[in-house]
Formats: sequence, C-alpha cells, structure tokens
Amino acid sequence: MSEPLSADKVPVTVLTGYLGAGKTTLLNRILSEPHGKRYAVIVNEFGEIGIDNDLVVGADEEVFEMNNGCICCTVRGDLVRILDGLMRRKGKFDAIIVETTGLADPAPVAQTFFVDENVGRKTRLDAVVTVADAKWLTERLKDAPEAKNQIAFADVILINKTDLVSPDELREVEARIRGLNPYAKVHRTERAQIPLEAVIGRNAFDLDRILAIEPEFLDDGGDGDGHDHAHHHDHAHDHDHAHDHAPARGLKHYHDEEMQSISLDSEQPLDADKFFPWVQELVQKEGPSILRCKGILSFKGDDERFVFQGVHMILDGGHQRAWRPDEKRTSRIVFIGRNLPEETIVKGFESCIA
Amino acid sequence: MSDIRGGIVSVVERTHAFDAGGPVVAVHFLGHSAVFVLGEEAMLLAEMNGAPRRVDVHDGAILASVSDGERVISGGDDGKIAETDAKGESRSLASDPKHRWIDHVALGPDGALAWSAGKQAFVRGKELREFAAPSTVGGLAFLPKGFRLAVAHYNGASLWFPNAPQAAPETLEWKGSHLGVTLSPDGRFLVTTMQEPMLHGWRLADRKHMRMSGYAVRVTSLGWTAGGDWLATSGAPQLILWPFQGKDGPMGREPLLLAPADHRVEMVACHPRQEIVAAGYGDGLVLLVRISDGAEILAKRPGDARITALAWSADGMLLAWGTEGGEAAIVDLA
Repeated sequence: MSEPLSADKVPVTVLTGYLGAGKTTLLNRILSEPHGKRYAVIVNEFGEIGIDNDLVVGADEEVFEMNNGCICCTVRGDLVRILDGLMRRKGKFDAIIVETTGLADPAPVAQTFFVDENVGRKTRLDAVVTVADAKWLTERLKDAPEAKNQIAFADVILINKTDLVSPDELREVEARIRGLNPYAKVHRTERAQIPLEAVIGRNAFDLDRILAIEPEFLDDGGDGDGHDHAHHHDHAHDHDHAHDHAPARGLKHYHDEEMQSISLDSEQPLDADKFFPWVQELVQKEGPSILRCKGILSFKGDDERFVFQGVHMILDGGHQRAWRPDEKRTSRIVFIGRNLPEETIVKGFESCIA
Repeated sequence: MSDIRGGIVSVVERTHAFDAGGPVVAVHFLGHSAVFVLGEEAMLLAEMNGAPRRVDVHDGAILASVSDGERVISGGDDGKIAETDAKGESRSLASDPKHRWIDHVALGPDGALAWSAGKQAFVRGKELREFAAPSTVGGLAFLPKGFRLAVAHYNGASLWFPNAPQAAPETLEWKGSHLGVTLSPDGRFLVTTMQEPMLHGWRLADRKHMRMSGYAVRVTSLGWTAGGDWLATSGAPQLILWPFQGKDGPMGREPLLLAPADHRVEMVACHPRQEIVAAGYGDGLVLLVRISDGAEILAKRPGDARITALAWSADGMLLAWGTEGGEAAIVDLA
C-alpha cells in the first residue's frame, strides 16, 4: 500500500510569539481574509478569536517527555489527540493553524509531527511562524528563554508593531533577531499586516524544498517607507554569501551569548559511512542543545543530493534529486542551538570529508 | 504483493460487502446487526442480508464508541454522549455543558456510563460523579469487579471509586503518556498503551511493573482472548500476543508472534469463545489466526485501505470489518 503523498497531507502552521506581540491579530487576519480557504484552528485561549470560525478547538498545551530519559524528547500529547479528532472531519478544512501560548517552546510542537505515526501520516508541518513585538522583544529576550527559542526556531518571523519604534530601534531588533536566527524569512509589519502567502503554505519542513541554505536577507514585506529603501541600499553592497560563522554583513553583528548558529561547508564530498554515524551520535549527545539543523550534502560516489533536517534529536532526510552537471557539489550544514560545542562540531564534520 | 498466503483456507466468499460512505472508525455488534461507526456524524446498521441503514448520531466527528451488545454508546466533538440501538434509533444521553470534545466512553456494571472531556472524567451510575485527572485523560476502563474506574493520563493511571468521592484515587505511576487502558478479565492486571511504541502494566496486587516493548509503532488496538490467557495487540507486522496465564502474567516471558505480513497489524479482535484472533493489517488484509498453532484463515484479501474496524458478534458466528477508505463488510462464519 503506498504512503499518502505529501500533497495529500493537511498542512499545519504553528503560530508562536510572546503575549501581546500580535499572534491573535495575525490569526484573525488569516481567518477573515476572503481567500476561500477554510482553516481549523487549535488555540489555548478560546475567547480571543474574533471571527466565527467553525472549527476552533481548545488545547491544553500539555507537553510530556518520552520515556527514554531524554529531556528534549518532548511531545504535545494533546495535539496528537486533537489532530486525530480533527482529521475525522478531513474534508471540512484545507489547513490547520496551531496557536501556542506566549510561553510555549516550539520544539515539542514540531517533534509531535515526527514522532507520532498517525499524525505524520495525515498531516505535515508547514512552518513555524513567530510574531515578535518590535518594542518589547529586546526586553523579552533578556528575561524569557522561551522568547529566544521562538525566534531561533522560526521559519518566518514577523517584526510587528513597527509603527511603535524608531528606525534605529527597529534596526536593533532586526539585528538581534538575525543574531539568533540567520535563516528565517523576516518581515516588518504593522498590525500584523502581511500577505497570506508569506505565512501560509511555506513548505518549510518539506525536504524537497531545501534548495539552498543561505542566510535570509531582510524583506521589508512591501510595506517599505522611504527609510526602508535606504536600508536596503546598504544591503545591496553586501549581497554576497555570508561568511561561515558570522551573520550577514550590513547588519550589526549580534552574537547571542548562548544561542548560536554554526554553518559548515565542504567543497569536497563527504564519506557517507563516516557522516551518518557522526551526525546521529552528535544529535544523540547534543540533542538538547541543538534546536534545529538543516543540510544539503554531497557524498562521494553518489550523484544525488542528500538533504536532511532535524529538531533536537530527531533527524529526517533523504535523496532529493540528481546533482546538475553545472552545479557545484558543495555540502553545507547549519545548526542553530544553545551553547553548541562549536569546535567539536567543526572537527567532527571535517573528519567526515572523504 | 507477495503470495505467502497462497493456498490457505479462505472464507472471503462468505462476505457481504458494501460502501460505508466514509472512513469507518469502529464496528460493534448488536445481536446479528453490525453497527459501523463512521468518522463523522453517522453510523451504519447492517445485517448479512439487505442494504445497510444510515443513522445520524452526532453533529461532527465521532471520537469514541463502546458497546455492551445492546446499544452503542458514542462520544463526539459536538460534546454529546449518544446511544444508538439495533432499531436504528439514536438519542442523546448526556452532553458536556462546555461543549467540549468527548474523547472517551466506557460502559460499566448495571449500565453505568463513563466518559471524559479533557482532564475530566465522569461516571453516571445512580448519580453523576466527576473526577479531575492530573492531565488529559488518555483512556477509561471499568474494573471487572466492584464499581471502580481506571483513568489513564500522563505519567500513569488512576483508580477511582466514583461512589466514594472522599477516598483519594490510587495512582499507578510510570513516566510518559498513557493513552489507553484495559483490565485483564480476572481483574489482576492493568495494562496501558503508551504514546511510545510500548505497553506498560501493573499487577494490581503488589503494583509490580510490567514492560511490554518491541513494537514498531504505538499500539492502537488490543484485546483479551476469551479465557483471559492472552492479550492480543497491534503495532507490528505480526500479531503480538502477551501471555497472561499464571500469577506472573507476562513478567519474564516473551510474547507469541504469529501471522507475519508485509504490513503492520492495525486492528485485533478476539473471538468471544475460542482461542482465535482476527487481525486486520495496513494493506487491508484480514486473517483469522488460531493461537495454538498459528494456523490462518483468509477473511479478506489485501485491498487499498487499512483496516480500521474489526469485531466479532457475541456468538462468534459473524465477523465485521471496516477500512479507512470506507469499505465495510460482514463475513458469515457460521
């Protein structure tokens, strides 16, 4: 019996962000736009949705640890149950949105999709979208580790309420965000105004979509004012690839004391027999520290690109397509995490080069 | 598709099959009428002859169902607990005041009814009693003796005396998410299915732990054989049976592995009288497996959709199966 195609699985968007950042505003926007799509929404605080949406389910946001002694192996148990129940009404909605509370750690939500076979069969994680408050994020990052996780984990970040900060303050916030996550697509928004396709239908966890792992440059989301254009002009000068261990030039270099991203490249192909044991052992050992990882790999004797992604200890990968004759077979991996043992990782990766 | 089963005895020709009109999530027998529970809204009543009748039961998804052979009790995302009988009539027995999803239902002695919504478990016997579990209820089961309800939740299961609200429930602890709970027919053992691919259990007399692992995926279907000697389970590309004879049950013993196949066992149903288990697989195959020697009878050929419902009539003469693709049937084994 064939497995359902990814196209048949219902996409799930996870909406996260600190209290008051504008998650609910974004959610209400998504639900009220005349796009003709029906969404099932899983929320924690019932009263907040202003729209009369048919399929709204309350969740308990219960996270439990798997019984293997690993503290990062956490799953949203309530989501497993709710997704199973929602999928009984499969024909009634096109996609699911999971809104998490302000203090939520996105990792357990993401891991749920990899860990439960039933959930993984019927749904697919589309993207983690984080809404950040331009005015308060810097404060939050000081006192809330969850806020850091939400930024570091995201595929799409909305810097919201840009009307409440000065251009300099905005630049600070962006730089701070880049220091935590060089790879997410960042948008500046007011009142969570953003085109739907920037947040829905991202395919961020689709292995097939891992085409390149390049740090993303700031996109002003089409809301640009005069000062935004000037800012972009700065970027243009630095529009080549970011150096390995530094975020994109043109922005202030911001390294967070504990959260980092490590990007490793090799122009030489890797030895598959060395790489797989190495990366498995690495995520087993450093699982709790590694939030997310992504890779595009070229193995010696293999004409196909191998792509993979991971959340904490869970890795998911496969052959994607043949390398094109004109394509440089560069292998690249990125890790985003807390207090990563950088030297160990670099040395380990280098030992996998064929 | 491999032909490892070429040449076995088949009862496929005794099948009365039909289109259920939607994915089948459960099936129960009321006498010789099979009640196929659909994922949404309705149930289908069918007999060996004639066309099935559709009964509308819930305004939404049907999340749980159970039967005592006289009626089918179901819980839905409409917050209702409904009762459907062999005549095809359905009525609401209770509803959650907050319209929460009714995740689980169970039937107990003297028609007592139990259900859960979120962290709350309810029992309605002579009176309505409520129990607040430490976390979302994963499953409910009445103990075979007395008036006691086992409630599965995170990190264990609680044993609750609804009629003694002052008595604190006993908690059996084991880390992890416990999703389903069942008691051995003699009441000596309590077994839970977990989010991880394993079962956990306790011998109630001394609370000794039992771990039953080795599964490929989490166990979603299990059942006791007629005498209570075996616990049949899904979750692997073979039928896995844990031995429960003797005072130690499965402790220190290996499970019996029967009927290997290309796909995983998804549903199991034990014959009401004989040591035979019906196993429904991920590719739609259904086999009847005799425990003593592993002999198999083909009840349904593999098709397109996985088996999601499987049940025997109380007299063991009829078998019903349903699939995720909406196929349903009754097989006459008299």
